[in-house]
Amino acid sequence: MSQPFRTEKGGRIDRAEQLTFTFDGEELHGHKGDTLASALLANGIHLVGRSFKYHRPRGIVTAGSEEPNALVGIYRNGDQTPNLRATQVELYQDLQAISQNRFPSLGFDVGAVNDLLSPLFPAGFYYKTFMWPKSFWDRVYEPIIRSAAGLGRPPKNPDHDYYGNQYAHCDVLVVGSGPAGLAATLAAAETGARVILCDEQAEFGGSLLSVASASIDGKDPSIWVSETIQKLSAMANVTLLPRTTAFGYFAHNFIALAERVTEHLKDPDPKLPRERLWQVRAREVVIAAGAIERPMAFPENDRPGVMLAEAGRTYLNRYGVKVGHKVLVATACDTAWQAAFDLADHGVEVVAIADIRETPPDNLISIAKARGIRVEAGCVVTGTLGRKRVKAALLGRLMTSGQVASGGQVECDALLMSAGWTPTVSLYSQSRGKVVWDAEKGAYVPGKPVQKERSTGASKGLYGLQATLEDGYAAGEEAARAATGKTATFTRATASGGEAGNGGTLGALPHDRDASRVKAFVDYQNDVTAKDVKLAVREGMHSIEHIKRYTTTGMATDQGRLSNMNALQIASGSLERPMPEVGLTTFRQPYTPTTFGLFAGVARGDFFDPVRKTPSHDWVVGNGGVFEDVSQWKRAWYFPKTGEDMHAAVARECKTVRESVGLFDASTLGKIEVVGPDAAEFLERMYTNPWKKLAPGRCRYGLLLNDAGFITDDGVIGRLAEDRFHVTTTTGGAPSVFATMEDYLQTEWPDLDVWITSTTEQYAVAAVQGPKAREVIAPFIEGVDLSAEALPHMSVKEATFCGVPCRLFRISFTGELGFEINVPRRHGRMLWETLAAEIEKHGGTPYGTESMHVLRAEKGYIIVGQDTDGTVTPHDAGMSWAIGKKKFDFVGKRGLERPDLIAENRKQFVGLLTKDPKVKLEEGAQITTAETPATGTPAEGHVTSSYYSPALDRTIALAVVKNGHALEGQTLYVPMPDGSIPVEVTGTVFYDKEGARLNV
Amino acid sequence: MLLIYCPYCQVKRAETEFHCGGEAHIARPSDPSKTTDEDWVDFLYTRSNIKGVYAERWRHIHGCGRFFNAVRDTVSDDFLKFYKAGEPMPDLNALAAEAGK
Amino acid sequence: MSDVLAGGLITPDAGETPLLSLSSLSILKAAPLARLSFRAREASLGAAGTAFGLDLPVAPLSSNSAEKRAALWMGPDEWTLLAPEDELQAVFDAIESALSGHPHALVDVSDRSETVIVSGEQAVWLLNTGIFIDFSLEEFPVGTVTRTVFHKAPVMVWRLAEETFAVEAWATFMDYVSGLLVQSAKELEAA
Repeated sequence: MSQPFRTEKGGRIDRAEQLTFTFDGEELHGHKGDTLASALLANGIHLVGRSFKYHRPRGIVTAGSEEPNALVGIYRNGDQTPNLRATQVELYQDLQAISQNRFPSLGFDVGAVNDLLSPLFPAGFYYKTFMWPKSFWDRVYEPIIRSAAGLGRPPKNPDHDYYGNQYAHCDVLVVGSGPAGLAATLAAAETGARVILCDEQAEFGGSLLSVASASIDGKDPSIWVSETIQKLSAMANVTLLPRTTAFGYFAHNFIALAERVTEHLKDPDPKLPRERLWQVRAREVVIAAGAIERPMAFPENDRPGVMLAEAGRTYLNRYGVKVGHKVLVATACDTAWQAAFDLADHGVEVVAIADIRETPPDNLISIAKARGIRVEAGCVVTGTLGRKRVKAALLGRLMTSGQVASGGQVECDALLMSAGWTPTVSLYSQSRGKVVWDAEKGAYVPGKPVQKERSTGASKGLYGLQATLEDGYAAGEEAARAATGKTATFTRATASGGEAGNGGTLGALPHDRDASRVKAFVDYQNDVTAKDVKLAVREGMHSIEHIKRYTTTGMATDQGRLSNMNALQIASGSLERPMPEVGLTTFRQPYTPTTFGLFAGVARGDFFDPVRKTPSHDWVVGNGGVFEDVSQWKRAWYFPKTGEDMHAAVARECKTVRESVGLFDASTLGKIEVVGPDAAEFLERMYTNPWKKLAPGRCRYGLLLNDAGFITDDGVIGRLAEDRFHVTTTTGGAPSVFATMEDYLQTEWPDLDVWITSTTEQYAVAAVQGPKAREVIAPFIEGVDLSAEALPHMSVKEATFCGVPCRLFRISFTGELGFEINVPRRHGRMLWETLAAEIEKHGGTPYGTESMHVLRAEKGYIIVGQDTDGTVTPHDAGMSWAIGKKKFDFVGKRGLERPDLIAENRKQFVGLLTKDPKVKLEEGAQITTAETPATGTPAEGHVTSSYYSPALDRTIALAVVKNGHALEGQTLYVPMPDGSIPVEVTGTVFYDKEGARLNV
Repeated sequence: MLLIYCPYCQVKRAETEFHCGGEAHIARPSDPSKTTDEDWVDFLYTRSNIKGVYAERWRHIHGCGRFFNAVRDTVSDDFLKFYKAGEPMPDLNALAAEAGK
Repeated sequence: MSDVLAGGLITPDAGETPLLSLSSLSILKAAPLARLSFRAREASLGAAGTAFGLDLPVAPLSSNSAEKRAALWMGPDEWTLLAPEDELQAVFDAIESALSGHPHALVDVSDRSETVIVSGEQAVWLLNTGIFIDFSLEEFPVGTVTRTVFHKAPVMVWRLAEETFAVEAWATFMDYVSGLLVQSAKELEAA
């Protein structure tokens, strides 16, 4: 039960509520309000993981999202989520966490042998080693690298959680809720502007939750935070989003936020999403992302127990946890001194403050002295001792020569370090802003805004509580004014204490150790040392972008927020070029690792994409039909009877259509109503065929090209009246045909008096095809004479079907007598069921898309997109007949005259019959003139369609073949792995060549 | 996700409502039969594809359905102007200078 | 409520059970009605309005409604005209005869789409789970109508009242649209 490192009092945890959790199976305790990291530290646990490459023991370094080491897996409902930062995992009862990248256990990891072999793993190791042979990458190198290096294990089960999405607009988005962010939010909110405030942490307040020695309006800063949040939450124009990370800043002030909705709860209601993606369009943005502390790059700075000074202070003041009982503070700046003082005030023994500066500020020294803390000025840490936890540190005295003299050893169980502060410019950088070097601050700070944003407070390098508050108020006011033009007067808080500190250092620190034997880590997560960066420069990497990729520094999950500045200084030193000239790598989205679930959102399972169903759908389901997906549509594919496989079902369906009658759902075909005085003129210009002389009541096959001259779509078009056409398109082509027509209408021929309307979904369509089609529909149709004379092939009439108005087409895609009945969609099911019952009486069958394909192939009708591929002209397809020769112009006419389109040797549409009638060709198979062509011989063409034809009781195929039309009767070959298949080139019509069956 | 102003609906909407139609002001020859092969190929395929300020077509496909034109800086994605189809191409250099591009 | 504002046309389908019914939010299928797509140039609008019995709005994204009639601006030359289901043919014929000689296009699209009525204090929140439009009253006042996208489906949204919206989608997209609306609303039921 004991938490030996918990303070007596203080902190924001709920001491009354104790929580039990496990880490690698060990049962431990913490409190509500703890993070996993603070709870582990309260139990004296620093060792939480093994490093990426060398498998070195690693401890918690930070208290925030930039944490490089404490990546854990969390078990929940039998699933495990890997790579969560323990510093962000909120503790709940029975939380189960595991460490990662260790085998067999965290304490004893066989991979640690890598550390002893580390001379073998220099910068660029992968590039140098795994080069040859190429084929080894997939099979040997990559699996080894992936198992040896890396982080947590991916979850095995499908993610059963639900992820939400929310679009939002606001006047002002404030990112970060420290003093600057809260002040900005208040200032903007007071004007009445719509404000969203987000913060990646569970609680608002940022650094204000960790300070012990300052006040705002005379109150403890954390009290001011609660009062401010209370006030803001009462305002209708303010949205507060805790646990919400602004991870991406995109063009036009579009910002993506990841809200963690339930991860902190023990038993979340399954109705709640696990995470929610906020897609925000903000008129103005205030970036108040703060700054983070830099580690010091001294040898063995990765020993568990070595952590950032501000983290030590946060654990103490916010979570009531002492990071050690004997703490050494190593620093280059003032702020870490406050951590030492706060610890001392909680009874922690601060063994020394080692400041690399020769003369730290006198006032700090006197405060330290008053607390009895030993102060070492001009002093650096040159190494640490201890295996899984720091036991002692080596000190070194900086000499005026630049050398370091040994300064002895101090015992400690925690080492707090601070090399200074780095403003968090990630979002600014993502907004395409260019950071500028501020020599005085020793930091990159945001330059001029590119989008409508401004940084405030520490994220622009401004420190000190009062100054930050003032800057935040100003930023919020300015943002609101820019967004809405509104201003407001309000009372501003004033702070005392929390003054800005001075000092800071960059790069590797000098030491007196054997440089070849010690490692000073720059990037903890990727195991990149100061030496690696220097080596990269020696080996010719002179651009910081190259150094980054060669060493992998800054490529960890924190994107170099911790490591970049030190790496940059080392590179700058090695290159002998000043920092600003070396530049900074670009921060990209996402700011912190973001789950795939968040990006997928609702687009999964049933809602991955809209599923479009025709009115016959339920009937098809009930009658055992099998569906295929055609773009977003579910189409009936075939209707197997008991014992039938697909082949048998299709053969029966085809035979039945040819011998008696079949029923087919054609509702998915695109339908466009073209209406207006210029309707015929418009179609004349769009389609290859002539339309002006088509009489009302008649239909014509239409062929659509693009202006390059290639076939893009086709369909039957019926003229309902002088000024009204019913155009059909392919199922998949409907949206693009409509868009193409609109494009020509609006931008090329705006003078035409014609309009197009999509009626695809207005009508349900049943096709009745076969010799008995007329008998089948006759009992239900009124208002039309169905005789061949009155309603010949290719005609259309308005009639009624069972009393419902319908458009009755006499057309055929099977080569048989056929009708297509269009009724308003709500009557579609009645239409289908009526006809399904009727055809049964006539020995007919419903048939699906597979039989439709076979039947049309027997007739040589093309399917655009299957027999054509965007490079086929009407001439290639043998459809020169569809071109209106006398037309002045149509889309594609000029294209057809291009030299390449009238050249010899174009691939042309032909039929193929295998010599062996039982052999069915494979669609896509290549065609050659030689039986066994030499390797590298170009193909003469390929098979586009291939089926067993029940009508011919043999296989048939369609293909495109070079000069195919001239090759009729000749033998070509289709070479396959198990032998070459001889085929005869034929015409494309295999059945009823004269078309006699159509005209009955 | 870009924010695009539709000059017909007179509102700014998210890019998902729109479809980009490539470079603007490429007119289809009124009598294609009199066009040379080279000119026809230019009309079909040749686009300026510049880095900088240029005019492009957009269609408010999930809105009013209208095509319109926009001047956009392809470097920053900033839109400098939106105008209706049929209106003449604005002076791109002047727009760029005005926007400090 | 909504039915008055929409000319009494957008009403819950009495034969359908509510898709969702919470105190703060309901999703109801709307009853069928006659929908006509009307396309014309400006010169024909007056005659069309007279024949329809309601002026066609010319302000972008606006709508006019009167008893049993509504006219929605869809584009600069496109309107959706709504009338009771049983008046389809009468309205169609009236407009056609009034406009003979005026170039125009009138097409029956009554069955092309379906409508759900989303209403309640959480209606805007729910629409914003899938629609990237600012539905504040300043930006999207009552009566505003627009086509847009709901996740991956094209939809039309018409604000009938402060907290009541008609969401129309092509019929085959309605399972997707209403399904996602219901799924997204579920979290309101969470404790």
